[in-house]
Amino acid sequence: MSEVSITARVYITLKTGVVDPQGSAIEQALKSLGFDAIDGVRVGRTIEVDFVGRTKDEVAKDIFAMCERLLANPVIENYRVETIPSS
Amino acid sequence: MTFGVVVFPGSNCDHDCYDVLKRVFAQQVEFVWHKDTLLDGIDAVILPGGFSYGDYLRTGAIAQCSPIMGAVASFAERGGLVLGICNGFQILLEMGLLPGAMVRNTSLHFICRDVHIRIENSETPFTNRCETGQVLTIPIAHGEGNYFADDATLASLNAHRQVVFRYTSSQGELGSKSNPNGSCEHIAGICNRQRNVIGMMPHPERCADATLGNRDGQLLFASMIDALTARCV
Repeated sequence: MSEVSITARVYITLKTGVVDPQGSAIEQALKSLGFDAIDGVRVGRTIEVDFVGRTKDEVAKDIFAMCERLLANPVIENYRVETIPSS
Repeated sequence: MTFGVVVFPGSNCDHDCYDVLKRVFAQQVEFVWHKDTLLDGIDAVILPGGFSYGDYLRTGAIAQCSPIMGAVASFAERGGLVLGICNGFQILLEMGLLPGAMVRNTSLHFICRDVHIRIENSETPFTNRCETGQVLTIPIAHGEGNYFADDATLASLNAHRQVVFRYTSSQGELGSKSNPNGSCEHIAGICNRQRNVIGMMPHPERCADATLGNRDGQLLFASMIDALTARCV
């Protein structure tokens, strides 16, 4: 039996109240293209971490620690995680 | 006394710091490679500017995981002087040795030019040669120098006089025109409560030699040398 692989996908977004100059620039660009029904654009990032030989619970524990220690900066960012069985 | 300049992959102001301390101030100074784990014999640590690890993930985020940073954290904990300049400031924020975080400049531009900063607290080991209210001219060179902290953190920084520099006009006046990057409360540099760890976006090492036409940056290094000398007496 091959080892179970799990992918954890982390969505990182800027907290409310943190200025997002990139989001503002994209919002202006979209409006200049005629998309005028816009009330804000925020830019975040997605990180996928592939795990092997770990249970879903172990992955959840590890990815939380990774987010707190490195992947996200809790001062300015929020994150949420979804796990996907990959093979 | 010996200064240690930490070198990360992507540091690019390490030699400037070394040169100022060695040649201009005739101090002992050593480069400390990021893979080292000890700071033996080092009396003050400088985290220089640059683009450590290519600014991947977030500025300063990867550098905090370098092997040397455990020793830097312990050194700071023991009261050792740590000066983080530009990327060094970003690393100190990511490590949590200083509060807050950096986000992109509001203009989205990388800004490289002289700015004016006002000394907000001259009672630190890094500014004791300055007067509170004095305005220095020091260059900045960054794309992510927009300092952010929540209201509670800003209130705490102000209450404990941890804001060391603010961006101002040449006359020392606050205003959005003299804030180059959108930083909260015009903050250009802060220290920890114990006053032994400081981070600043402007580059004092780039204006610490008369040949370069501006020596304002010397005040920071001279202050550190005074503070270290006083400790040794």
